[in-house]
Amino acid sequence: MSQSAIAASPARPKGKSSSLGDLIFATIAKSAGVLVLVILSAIIISLFIGGLPAFRAYGPNFLINPDWDPVNQIFGAAVPIYGTLITAVLAIVMAVPLAFGSAFYLTEMAPDWFRRPVGTAIELLAAVPSIIYGMWGFFIVVPIMGDYIQPFLIDNLGDLPMIGALFQGPAFGTGILTSALILAIMILPFIAATMRDVFMTVPPVFKESAYGVGCTTWEVMRSIVLPYTRVSVVGGIMLGLGRALGETMAVTFVIGNTNRISTSLFGPGNTIASIVALEFPESPAGSLKLSALLALGFLLFVISFIVLAISRFMLRTKVKS
Amino acid sequence: MSATISRGQIPGGVRDMKMAEQLSRSRSRKNMIAKTLCMSATAVALAFLAAILGTLFWLGFSGIHWSVFTQVTKPPGSGGGLLNAIVGSLIQTVIGTAIGTPIGLMVGTYLAEYSAGSVLGNAVRFVSDVLLSAPSILIGLFIYEIFVAPFGGFSGFAGCLALAVIVIPIVVRTTEDMLQLIPTALREAAVALGAPKWKAVVFVCYRAALNGIATGILLAIARVAGETAPLLFTSLGNLNWSVNMSEPMSSLPVTIYQYAGSPFDDWVQLAWVGALLITFGVLALNIVARFVLKPRS
Amino acid sequence: MSTTNDSAVRANIGAMEAKSSEALNALRIAIKNVDFYYGTNKALKGINLDLPDKQVTGMIGPSGCGKSTLLRVLNRMYDLYPGQRAEGAVMMDGENILDPGVDVNQLRSRIGMVFQKPTPFPMSIYDNIAFGVKLHEKLSKSEMDERVEWALTHAALWGEAKDRLQASAMGMSGGQQQRLCIARTIATRPEVILFDEPTSALDPISTLKIEELIDELKHDFTIAIVTHNMQQAARCADQVAFFYLGELVEVGTATQMFTAPREKRTQEYITGRFG
Repeated sequence: MSQSAIAASPARPKGKSSSLGDLIFATIAKSAGVLVLVILSAIIISLFIGGLPAFRAYGPNFLINPDWDPVNQIFGAAVPIYGTLITAVLAIVMAVPLAFGSAFYLTEMAPDWFRRPVGTAIELLAAVPSIIYGMWGFFIVVPIMGDYIQPFLIDNLGDLPMIGALFQGPAFGTGILTSALILAIMILPFIAATMRDVFMTVPPVFKESAYGVGCTTWEVMRSIVLPYTRVSVVGGIMLGLGRALGETMAVTFVIGNTNRISTSLFGPGNTIASIVALEFPESPAGSLKLSALLALGFLLFVISFIVLAISRFMLRTKVKS
Repeated sequence: MSATISRGQIPGGVRDMKMAEQLSRSRSRKNMIAKTLCMSATAVALAFLAAILGTLFWLGFSGIHWSVFTQVTKPPGSGGGLLNAIVGSLIQTVIGTAIGTPIGLMVGTYLAEYSAGSVLGNAVRFVSDVLLSAPSILIGLFIYEIFVAPFGGFSGFAGCLALAVIVIPIVVRTTEDMLQLIPTALREAAVALGAPKWKAVVFVCYRAALNGIATGILLAIARVAGETAPLLFTSLGNLNWSVNMSEPMSSLPVTIYQYAGSPFDDWVQLAWVGALLITFGVLALNIVARFVLKPRS
Repeated sequence: MSTTNDSAVRANIGAMEAKSSEALNALRIAIKNVDFYYGTNKALKGINLDLPDKQVTGMIGPSGCGKSTLLRVLNRMYDLYPGQRAEGAVMMDGENILDPGVDVNQLRSRIGMVFQKPTPFPMSIYDNIAFGVKLHEKLSKSEMDERVEWALTHAALWGEAKDRLQASAMGMSGGQQQRLCIARTIATRPEVILFDEPTSALDPISTLKIEELIDELKHDFTIAIVTHNMQQAARCADQVAFFYLGELVEVGTATQMFTAPREKRTQEYITGRFG
């Protein structure tokens, strides 16, 4: 066909309306969105319904009862709740300084060629599956804790008034502190990566004006970067907390699986996740024990949900802008 | 009135060089201390990574034989390998990702292209973020409650479902972020040619965001490949060979969990091998996702 | 002597106006009393403008005066955004294209748009061109090849592209990418092409090439071009419309607008009193 003939050839026939395709696609997309809402609701509801027999049987006492007695069918949530909270909080206490230090190093101190590999290495640490942490913790960290660190702390701090009680008891290597330590190593990269991303949102001009009046690197971090990113930093910490609360495999190996609240940090205990993982195989379907585990699951979900919602609120406002 | 202000007239008097130097030195010291601490913190973090990887190689590498890949799990003392665990993990990971990815893709598309600040859109985004960080053990319990308990039986398929639920929010987040990076002009250019909106999204936007979305999928695979807790309540694990989706199915993380906690040396050794395999696979996926795919975007 | 000169000048002007009104008789698009709203903000007020067939209409005016908005009314681009709406009529071939019953996708194959920033699709050069065509026509491979060649030739890009048709469009320079977008637009054989500041992101040499291209294209297509650059309007346009604060202030030939504008606001804009 000649060139002018192309321009002059008859107009195409009127095609069928393509609004049908648009309608179908938009509906599928919207339904998928609704499906996500349904999934979350279903999780909450199924855990609640599954745990209802336990809630009904024990009432509010469930939350503060430290017994876990399969023989007499008395189950209380106090020990796992305590274990969950204390290991997570201790993990945060240990992880945050390390995470902050790494984030500071990555954003302000590392030479350019070093930044990428180190940042990647920290992200890879986050990618390691939690069961690996559990195994490593059990086979490597526990002996070190039991042979060196725990005896050291017991000898030196165990006799102090008040806080000495935290550092007493037999040094098995397992226990609350060890679990918290493994958790800390697990959540450290998450918090570090979030902090690093947040630090990088500070407009360079702010930092430059501080450097311009003669501030040192540390002073810039302390007076410019941290105040600017304060909310998001806390959000990142809460995100790490949310992860630590729900971790199963890293903790199950090393927490000692004992149902009591001990005063010592070296004492064994349980977290919600670890007790569910450990007791599930021996919980027949429909039993009160299983219901108690599901009730614990529901409680864990509620706690995590609140922490994650707060974290998200703090992060979205800054990082997305 | 003099045109210049002599130094002495500025409040504070003449500059006190001694004080300035003192302050400067103390500030430098603080700076030095802070910097050293931060470097140490980074070194500690890296040391942990090195320690973990080192341990895996040290203890796992020596256990790698052909038998690991060709024999199924056997009772302690009779040799055996991890074949059924590896295959079971592959099956559940692939199918779980295959189920979760399209759903996540559609949700991400909804959020980026159709929701435009609506209440439903914000709710979906919020819920997706919560699911992203929700404890995976609870997802396992959830699938147990709605799929395993009522239909009587742990199954490979239940395991796939649990993994799919974990995959969805990861893909949602990546898809939405990638689609939002696409300039409005590109979308409008497709529409200006007469493309209905869905074609503009599928043929232009998806193509433009392809790299990022693929990265998200790879990262999702890496995440679920290592998940143990959700599988404990759904596919349970199976020490025999089985690729039957309606029966309990073996997986590498669950087998490692069972073996590592056992008192048998050969099982523990196999657990280390398994741990090495999983970690290697997961890290390889991460590196491919971050380095091979991303730079092209 | 002044009388003979006057009458000669008047005759000349008369001849020019006769020629332009002759051209103005063949209308492609008639914009009648169009109002446009971004939410509650009225951005266009009672626009009446005729776009003559196979001529270039330039639209000038300061930023935010509504010229791009009007362009986007013509191909119903505002449909994408809830809260934006147009009232009035835009007549083309006896049909009001603002009517909700109109098939917008078909409409956009007849009224094409080239944007300010070049927007090549992440595909090969060939696929870029074929994309729009495939939406509306079923062509065999050889027919499509012909169409691609035709479009690229008419966009003055065939020489540079013919050996790299399967290469990614993203590898081209800015000027080439913009000509690719033009080729992509004309490949669907529209009747009208809308240019929204097509050269503001390009270097002077590419700009010149595109202006020459527009001069060629007007033989086959009716063209409306929004430009910030008055000189560009003077060079390219047969008819120039001056917009200010959402109103169409004045329309006339390029010569008339730039040498003897009727309205004070036009005069002030042309002479740079405001911009």
